[in-house]
Amino acid sequence: MSVAPSEDGPRAAVELSFRGAPLASAEAQRALLDRVVLPPAFASATFDGMVGGVTTGRLRVLQVNLGKTCNMTCAHCHVDAGPHRREQMDDATIAHVITAMDRLRPAVVDLTGGAPELHPRFQELVVEARSRGIEVIDRCNLTILLVPRFRALPTWLAEHGVTIVASLPHYRSRNTDAQRGDGTFTASIEALRRLNDVGYGAGRPDRQLHLMTNPAGAFLAPDQAATEVVWKRVLLDTYGVRFDRLLALNNMPIARFLEWLDGRGGTAAYLAHLVERFNPGAAGGLMCRDTLSVGYDGATYACDFNQMLELPVEDDGRTLNIDDPSVWAEGRSVRTGRHCFGCTAGAGSSCAGATG
Amino acid sequence: MIERGSSPLLARAQEADTDGWGSPPLSYYEHHHLPRFGDIAQGNDELAKKFFAWYGAVFKDGALTAREKSLIALAVAHAVQCPYCIDAYANDCLEKGSDLSEMTEAIQVAAAIRGGASLVHGVQMLEHVEKAGM
Repeated sequence: MSVAPSEDGPRAAVELSFRGAPLASAEAQRALLDRVVLPPAFASATFDGMVGGVTTGRLRVLQVNLGKTCNMTCAHCHVDAGPHRREQMDDATIAHVITAMDRLRPAVVDLTGGAPELHPRFQELVVEARSRGIEVIDRCNLTILLVPRFRALPTWLAEHGVTIVASLPHYRSRNTDAQRGDGTFTASIEALRRLNDVGYGAGRPDRQLHLMTNPAGAFLAPDQAATEVVWKRVLLDTYGVRFDRLLALNNMPIARFLEWLDGRGGTAAYLAHLVERFNPGAAGGLMCRDTLSVGYDGATYACDFNQMLELPVEDDGRTLNIDDPSVWAEGRSVRTGRHCFGCTAGAGSSCAGATG
Repeated sequence: MIERGSSPLLARAQEADTDGWGSPPLSYYEHHHLPRFGDIAQGNDELAKKFFAWYGAVFKDGALTAREKSLIALAVAHAVQCPYCIDAYANDCLEKGSDLSEMTEAIQVAAAIRGGASLVHGVQMLEHVEKAGM
């Protein structure tokens, strides 16, 4: 499945892989993060050392990355997604994911990408999960809802009670368009109005609309609760748009955001900032304790960030795929690295927002 | 105005761009100063503790939000032209979810008050002219 040129969304960057950029490889990204010299006070700091190691608990979220194809190319994308990417989950892996819903019994199936809606079996996966009583999250870039063949999707998502987590860096166009491409903000507001029109954002449990903000630059995400108040007021007063919750996520030094940082000589300063703002209170809510992330090829990871850095869940050096009976085990050590400081900085950060 | 070379010390300072005491050329504001702010306690620990406790309390959410207080701090930083404060509160405003539009409006307020403060003294001038003139 690919993106037709007529369906291209806003562009803020070109994929690292398409450009053949040095940081297109996960290995190069990991090497760059590992060789950064931190300030003397943190020179020997390791994530495991500061957190005391992270182990898994009971599985709650099965996050399924359906592929890297996207109609957008956001400047900070940790997936390096875009219209040139062709990697998509195949039918055999989709079947394994559906089987895993029965075996692992997650409370939530979290569909992400790329733009997960572009996967031809997206709706089928939603139906499979909902028929099992599982909450489904669609991580939606909003602009996809304006593509003509997806015009009916808001109504369909509402009828199936899908929770929408929509990306919107800021409630003004400047930062949003700088990060996600010119025209994104206007298109996003239009998409949010369409979601409001079918009942999203009005407090109904089966029509939950969450906005996800991430900083448009090398600084930490704002306090989620305090900022939600401002966002709700501004979006309603200025655009007549309603939403249920604001989630704040730090930018992870991975893929395109890492390239952007490094291009301005800011990798060390950003990592140092993440380490300096380490919040022990955020460690308890780390999403990797209760989330299993599945890549398009069926390999599993502690989170979508480990997925992009190619740090799979392993058992004696063997990558565990989603069809492996032992893919989830409570008490298993989570693979961590310096990028993990992004999840414990400030108020903490996860796919479900602040953790602290 | 002090004439060049009016004292041997001043002459040396002007030639070498030093203070005459072996200090390096003037570079008054350095990035490493702000992280050392706490070292101000070396001269009086008790007063420093009081200051930092009070400072922290000032910026907590209250009748004004911490976000609004950070914008006020940014504006005041420009009014008093403190580079440490400008760096610190530019970043703090961003991390409190403000954007360039809000931050610019905050410092425009500072600039307006500074400009207005100069101009309103024109009334002193005006009254002087009224008294002195015919």
